[in-house]
Amino acid sequence: MTKRLSVVDVDLCVGCQSCMFACNRRFAEAGLGRSAIHIQSVGGFERGFVVKVCRACRDPPCAKVCPTGAIYKRAGGGVLLNYYKCNSCGNCAKECIIGGVQWDTSLDKPTICVHCGYCVKYCPYGVIRLEELPPGET
Amino acid sequence: MDAASLSKVLYVDLGRKRSWVEEKPQLFENTLGGTGVGIRLLLEECPQGANPLGPENPIIFSIGYLNAIFPLGSKTVAMFKSPLTGNLGESHGGGRSGVAQRMAGYGAMVIRGKSDAPVYLVIDSGGVKIKDASSLWGMNSSSTVGRIIRENEVGAGSRAIMRIGKAGERLISYACVITETYRHFGRLGFGAVFGSKRLKAIMISGRASFSLKDPKLYREAYDDIFNTVTKSPLMKKYHELGTPMNVLSLNMASSIPTKNLQSTKFEGAESLSGESLREKYLGKRAACAHCPVSCIHIAALREPYATEPYFYKTRMISYDYEPIYSLGSMLGIASVDGYLNLMDRVEEVGLDAMSTGVVLSWATEAMEKGLVGNDETNGLLLKFGDYKTYIEAVERLVTPPNDFYRALGKGVVYASSIYGGRDFALAFGGNEMPGYHTGLAAHLGTLVGARHSHLDGAGYAIDQKATASGKTLSPQEAAEELYKEEVWRQTLSSLVVCYFARNIYTPETVARCFKALGKNLMVEELSQIGRRTLRAKYEFKLKEGFSFGGLTLPKRIMEVPTPQGIIKEDDLREGIRAFESLLKKT
Repeated sequence: MTKRLSVVDVDLCVGCQSCMFACNRRFAEAGLGRSAIHIQSVGGFERGFVVKVCRACRDPPCAKVCPTGAIYKRAGGGVLLNYYKCNSCGNCAKECIIGGVQWDTSLDKPTICVHCGYCVKYCPYGVIRLEELPPGET
Repeated sequence: MDAASLSKVLYVDLGRKRSWVEEKPQLFENTLGGTGVGIRLLLEECPQGANPLGPENPIIFSIGYLNAIFPLGSKTVAMFKSPLTGNLGESHGGGRSGVAQRMAGYGAMVIRGKSDAPVYLVIDSGGVKIKDASSLWGMNSSSTVGRIIRENEVGAGSRAIMRIGKAGERLISYACVITETYRHFGRLGFGAVFGSKRLKAIMISGRASFSLKDPKLYREAYDDIFNTVTKSPLMKKYHELGTPMNVLSLNMASSIPTKNLQSTKFEGAESLSGESLREKYLGKRAACAHCPVSCIHIAALREPYATEPYFYKTRMISYDYEPIYSLGSMLGIASVDGYLNLMDRVEEVGLDAMSTGVVLSWATEAMEKGLVGNDETNGLLLKFGDYKTYIEAVERLVTPPNDFYRALGKGVVYASSIYGGRDFALAFGGNEMPGYHTGLAAHLGTLVGARHSHLDGAGYAIDQKATASGKTLSPQEAAEELYKEEVWRQTLSSLVVCYFARNIYTPETVARCFKALGKNLMVEELSQIGRRTLRAKYEFKLKEGFSFGGLTLPKRIMEVPTPQGIIKEDDLREGIRAFESLLKKT
């Protein structure tokens, strides 16, 4: 079955951004620029945090608006990205209203979660987990 | 960008409205960044005898090689000349500042001159925009200032918004700079330096990825540090209780300065303990960027409106040990609601909580002793425990109705020089005291420390260790321990790693981190760099008139017993001389 990264309870999030740094390390680099997950405050630290990441839609809007076919459906849900085909138009990021498409400013390309679950290991508070995506559920 | 390269210094001239970048790779190579770079830039930028509130006093922000690369590399160093002490000003802030500055690509930022009208700066990897802040000037609430900038600018999640409140605008000598609502560049009046330049706020943002010489070693070193941090019992306590974990133990040991250090037992210790606050008030925890510890504790205070039944105002107010000491025990406030209300007001006007508490506790004792009366306090009867009057007094501090409040706004040394009561004016080197009456090392540390802060050599920890092992420290021993600790802290604050992780970032671990970045730095080299930086700080201090022999010792600290016994003046003087000679050998 397809796995997806799921937000268990956003109220557990303390905003440490360890998941973002973890995601970036997948590329054998440090920092945040390539991270596919994003944490920001709801609007000031006093109100808590939100997690912005791809939720593996069954029928992903980002793929529908990609003019070059660079973003294509992953079996079971979510998308994969072919960097060579991407023309950096940004349609995908605009179309994803949940903010699940991040932008790699150095490459000028989108960066989208592949649901590998690497970040989960670095979330000390159980905000996110990798789970099986049941058939039929988006 | 290469994770091992730090070189860019961003210059902003507020008078000429110009900005530019200079490449200074050698400066970072030689000093590691952070404090090391900050003090060199201050020595370069700040002319001898500069007016701390004049355009010639620079604002310097610096970060180091570990910022945004390793966990808890989350802090930023600010350097300036202090309006409070007229000498070295150094303050470390967290929040998202350290990571954001690294992401924006600047190892350091130097802000010169003075703007003719209020401005805020928007800084990213593309440079600086200087924006009009006239509509933000004079606002009662520093958190509203943060909200407005947040809503007007992009970069949510990848930015820091450093701002001042009314206290900074009005040049109160111990105004602070607030970042991410709950973190501060506190102590020594950095906020007043912002205010003197008519600089209301700085927003800095960026997202970047850094290439590594040895990605495999990097991941290994990272994981080891991350796992140590998340499994460490001490870090767990920082998360669960936060810094107020100290309240009960310090009270039990009769070490918590209370009512202007007339006592060391605080009747509110139980109610304002980390344990009790967590049980009854904790509303949220938060973390600085890249810190899994999340020590920031935020209380939810729900209060009914007096005129509107069943209508509540709920505020989120952060609490930490030092403000609990200064605005709680020092002012004899045992009521949690009272403490939180006072804290909230201090936060909104942007005052340093520690100095504010010590200033008000001095004023209260001065009133008790008849040194000042109703005329001076403008009709306020300052009384230990009366938080409502203290809230009124805070308003008067930032909007002074008379000379007395203007004097209080310059710190407790200045106020006592006018009104008397120097013996119980609790300041060291001009900086109001921190919350530890643990023994000789605590006070010696704040006397000789470059910032006159408990964070310089952590003397309280040296005392506590000695007390726990049934030992009484000699002045020489205390000075040696303080010196050793302060040297290593120069290295940590150059990287810039949070001091809470000081036991995790050992010299060996730091050397391993550098190896992963492709830099071979020996353990001994790291200490040498720390010693050189410490010496550079005292070079600045001595140039600006500091002398070890000229330090004033408030009598009060020698009247009240500590767990290490009564502190003797001769011992303090001997310790001061011992520290001075250690420094000279550097």
